[in-house]
Amino acid sequence: MERVLTYAEAILEATEQEMTRDPSVIVVGIGVDDFKGTWGTTRDLHLKFGRERVFDTPLAEDGMTGVAIGAALAGMRPIHVHIRMDFLLLAMNQLINIAAKSRYMYGGQVSVPLVVRSVIGRSWGQGAQHSQGLHSFFTHVPGLKVFAPSTPYDAKGALLASIRENDPVVFVEHRLLHSQKGHVPQEPYTVPFGKARILSSGTDITLVGISYMAVECMRAQALLATIGISAEVIDPVSLSPLDMSTILSSVRKTRRLIVVDAAWTSCGMSAEIIARTAENLAELRGVRMQRIGNEPVTCPTTKNLEDLYYPNPEKVALAAFAMIHDGDSSWRPPQLSAPELAQFKGPF
Amino acid sequence: MHERFYRSLYRIRRVEEEIARIYPTDKIKSPVHLSIGQEAIAVGVCEALGPTDVIFGTYRSHASYLAKGGNLKKMIAELYGKATGCTKGKGGSMHLIDVSAGIIGASAVVGTTIPQAVGYAYALKVQKKTSVVVNFFGDGACDEGVFQESLNFAALKKTPIIFICENNLYAIHSHQRDRHALPDICMRARSYGIPAECIESNNVLEIHDRVSSAVTKLRNNSPGPFFFECMTYRWMEHVGPNRDYSAGYRSEGEAQPWIDNDQVERLGSMLTPPTRQSIEREVETEIRQAFEFAESSPLPSKDELYTDMYEA
Repeated sequence: MERVLTYAEAILEATEQEMTRDPSVIVVGIGVDDFKGTWGTTRDLHLKFGRERVFDTPLAEDGMTGVAIGAALAGMRPIHVHIRMDFLLLAMNQLINIAAKSRYMYGGQVSVPLVVRSVIGRSWGQGAQHSQGLHSFFTHVPGLKVFAPSTPYDAKGALLASIRENDPVVFVEHRLLHSQKGHVPQEPYTVPFGKARILSSGTDITLVGISYMAVECMRAQALLATIGISAEVIDPVSLSPLDMSTILSSVRKTRRLIVVDAAWTSCGMSAEIIARTAENLAELRGVRMQRIGNEPVTCPTTKNLEDLYYPNPEKVALAAFAMIHDGDSSWRPPQLSAPELAQFKGPF
Repeated sequence: MHERFYRSLYRIRRVEEEIARIYPTDKIKSPVHLSIGQEAIAVGVCEALGPTDVIFGTYRSHASYLAKGGNLKKMIAELYGKATGCTKGKGGSMHLIDVSAGIIGASAVVGTTIPQAVGYAYALKVQKKTSVVVNFFGDGACDEGVFQESLNFAALKKTPIIFICENNLYAIHSHQRDRHALPDICMRARSYGIPAECIESNNVLEIHDRVSSAVTKLRNNSPGPFFFECMTYRWMEHVGPNRDYSAGYRSEGEAQPWIDNDQVERLGSMLTPPTRQSIEREVETEIRQAFEFAESSPLPSKDELYTDMYEA
């Protein structure tokens, strides 16, 4: 029988396997050794590997990021865990001015093998400062690599690849992905940077979904299939470097592209993918392209406004329908319920 | 010992005087922050360290780089932006590095290396190494939040690190009294449980003595960290090759006691004239060769623009 794990279990398994294999791997972050263990992703690691290698930190994101960088410069491989990406704003100086630049500005004399895990997105009522997907901040800066896998399989392989990487990696996990289940092999394996995954093949339109939006795009694909529209769904997996060739091949075939991000659209990943597509497919006439993301407002907490704020499968499917039918938006796709949203239990 | 100290002090002073002399030619096309007047701290501290000990510095790091054994030719070539520079022309004066000498890269953003030094020291402890880390920073860095965060963590984990605050009274042109509610920086370190001493004298021998004692304790597995505030004075402008007493933010009168207490001259006067002359001759030759090396070295090739961004 196929071995099935949740995304959170896949993260834990990757971390544990790599800590066993390589004694230089350490896990640091607020609450990594508490009874919740970062929603299970770091649970009991301190019991197996000791508190020198797995430790809670003071609430000092800037300083602790610098500490992790310093440990990396000394040959360790820190995984710095943040339960919200919003908190990385406190660490931008160390991440952008030091981690991203050290190899280059020191002429290749040093490496910073650092993994920064951070959780983005919706769960329920997380509001303005516990939900932001700021991954495009990091993809903007040369020197950082950014992973945002959507499946448990890729979560394990991408995290293993990140830990073994000799450059700093920002690892983006959407909160609602943690409960997703999927096939995860027991043995360690890596998935490569810069390689997108085609989650579903299709011929009429290309849907690129970033992080959790890959899951939502798969639902949109199912909705579209009910009316005979064949959507190809691509998960970039790696945001920097970005595998444009997979996306371009798909758009050459479908001539239609919708990029859905778990973030705002302005100057974001969706804008970047559309821009690169436009630059590379300038010879193709009539390619239609669209970005979909969070509404351009601050994330509200109340449920009815929050539902309007985030993209959803119906919104994506309707946009695809309208693109294919020259702006006709009369179709009303059936409402889907996302089990991970319905089942989500707060308050944490 | 005095000979070693004098050689190091004189060498740093003369290297920087040469940089200042060359600077108006625009051969050095990037900022330089000179340490003239502050050399005693770098020399006193680094003479207390061994080759496997590690230092983290600031953008004003010519002195600590040279005092710790950083390669002089590579430093001057770096200032000239040459391929033979310590970062192949990619970092310049503000990002000097010489890993083989235990000099991890300096940063141009005030205070940013403090947590890295702490993290490095934490790693040394976990790796059960006997080396120690020294972190140089200025009084301006003590204004930054990361200073507090780093001291707390260093104390919490008892890391083998010595903090050296080079207090030259000014953050660019702002006097400490205009930035700090309380003038006592050591008190802040003590509030985290870190033993802290202020060395008022800028005396290279006293600095060496007191820092050596902390290094010995760390080598004998006493828990770190240790903190020293070393009072000193920057003779030159914040950035650039000139003196700036006419700018109005400080007076020559304020500088004079520090200039009268010049450690280069003081240590030189402790040597016999022949010994002193012999050291100076050797250093002058070395400096001349370093500048010739920089002048004659090639610029980086164009493809160097794209290397070192990620691991090859």
